[in-house]
Amino acid sequence: MSSRIDVSIEHRNVPEPPGKKHPNTCPACDSHYRDDELEAALWVCPHCGHHFTMRARTRIASLADEGSFSEEAADLRSEDPLDFFDLRPYTERLAEAEMKTGLGEAMVIGQAAIDGNGCELAVMDFSFMGGSMGSVVGEKFSRACDSAAQRGVPLVSITASGGARMQEGILSLMQLPKTVCAVEDLHDAGQPMISVMTHPTTAGVLASFASLGDVIVAEPGALLAFTGPRVVQQTTREKLPEDFGLAEQNLRFGHIDAIVPRPELRAYVTRLLRLFGPNGD
Amino acid sequence: MATDHELRLRERLTRLRGLNLLGGTRLSAELEKLQRQLERIQAAPTDEEIWRSVELARHQDRPYTLDYVERLFEDWVELHGDRGRADDAAVVVGIGRFEGRTVALIGNQKGRDIKERTKRNFGMAYPEGYRKAMRLMELAERHGFPLLSLVDIPGAYPGVAAEQHGQGGAIARSQALMSRLGVPIVTCVIGEGGSGGAIATALADRVLMQANSIYTVISPEGCAAILWRDAAEAKKAAAAFKPDAVHCLELGVIDSIVPEPEGGAHTDPDEAARLLGEALRDALDELEPIPADELKRTRRAKFRSLGVYA
Repeated sequence: MSSRIDVSIEHRNVPEPPGKKHPNTCPACDSHYRDDELEAALWVCPHCGHHFTMRARTRIASLADEGSFSEEAADLRSEDPLDFFDLRPYTERLAEAEMKTGLGEAMVIGQAAIDGNGCELAVMDFSFMGGSMGSVVGEKFSRACDSAAQRGVPLVSITASGGARMQEGILSLMQLPKTVCAVEDLHDAGQPMISVMTHPTTAGVLASFASLGDVIVAEPGALLAFTGPRVVQQTTREKLPEDFGLAEQNLRFGHIDAIVPRPELRAYVTRLLRLFGPNGD
Repeated sequence: MATDHELRLRERLTRLRGLNLLGGTRLSAELEKLQRQLERIQAAPTDEEIWRSVELARHQDRPYTLDYVERLFEDWVELHGDRGRADDAAVVVGIGRFEGRTVALIGNQKGRDIKERTKRNFGMAYPEGYRKAMRLMELAERHGFPLLSLVDIPGAYPGVAAEQHGQGGAIARSQALMSRLGVPIVTCVIGEGGSGGAIATALADRVLMQANSIYTVISPEGCAAILWRDAAEAKKAAAAFKPDAVHCLELGVIDSIVPEPEGGAHTDPDEAARLLGEALRDALDELEPIPADELKRTRRAKFRSLGVYA
């Protein structure tokens, strides 16, 4: 008879085993959150201010004036020049990323207005293969620079990336000089670039266009490092400072201009766009 | 390794592919013909051949920058320091006489014995190394000296101080400066072309690779550790991302391959230097008549065209 006793209620109320956390737990302060609550707070923890990763479309909606965003180069897709196969084929990883994110690639670009100031946006999405930069990200960024130059507006770049996309081999490394040249052409056309680095902006993206902003700002707690803490620790066995590679350390060492919390970003960027914009408006 | 004939075919093919002509029917027929010839005379480098390139590129007796400088330059004066805070010994810079003209040179430098290796940090540059390189680029621009850069770096140094001193930003700004120069720039990868550390000084009008060098987005070990979760799978990783000169040429990443003596550059450094010197001279001869603005524009256009997408 005992086997027929319904124990599901007890199971439901069993305390969670240590180490296994509730899915909606803030990684910084362990408080629980509701999705709608967090979304209303721009994905910033209401308790401790931890900045969660923000998806590209959500980011654009949070910055651009309603209805002002017009996407460009949305149909660009990666190819597989090396027939790359690690544990799974690259093409399969790409298809999966597109299904998962609803995006064609790890960057979305387009024309927008922020508080009435025309600009070009280039926004990365970490959910698409870790925001890695392959040929398409490079090409989209390059076109964003051209679009900004042609229309005579500033470029606002928002990065979140683990670096170059290994699956495209040497061509992914070539996206570094490619995007660098695009920024230089934008600068020659007299337009500024505002670089907003969000968590994480590392390796190939940090070592190329993201570091070339006329103004560079970061979100609090963002990891901005050429080499991440795990690899540095493994290769050098050095003792890492507590804030190694974080935005706060980068500010202290003079690599960025400011740390701007997400709720203040729109106003901050607006001010910059006004200052760089035409006089007497 | 690829034969000379094959290399020539590949060069032509790459050049033709790079042409952006209107409705080039005749051209596409030519492309197809070349492609067929190429397929006949070669099978792409095998996985074993690729790994052999990795080993030769890292060979402990492979000539380094200063070995070539001593054989190719007259009146060489090495310059030191980034004029800010340090003299990074992993990057050597200087001016010298090369084939009748003064040139500025930037090169990565590994060490021969354990003492020198430590001093030169196994060839891995700090941000100070890139600032030292940038200081030399400015000097070259100021005086109209062509710029040569020899790339041989496992990767930019991944250390705490390197990060604190701005490794990523230094690599970005070094590339940006190269894209602004009005003097001819020729780069040759002479060993390991390791990722960001390499591209920092490789945004050139002509990019060459020695036949047994490699050019990679990440070390084979690093790639294996991330994608295979096992650094011991480096051989598989190398075969998958194809860092050898032939594949780089095919992808349009480099302009030509500099031959090496049979068995690799270390078997006959004098001959390796002669072959490298010839290639550098030819590239400079081609570039020197081109006006500064055009050089800069073409250089940027070339890099902005790199990538494969649909």
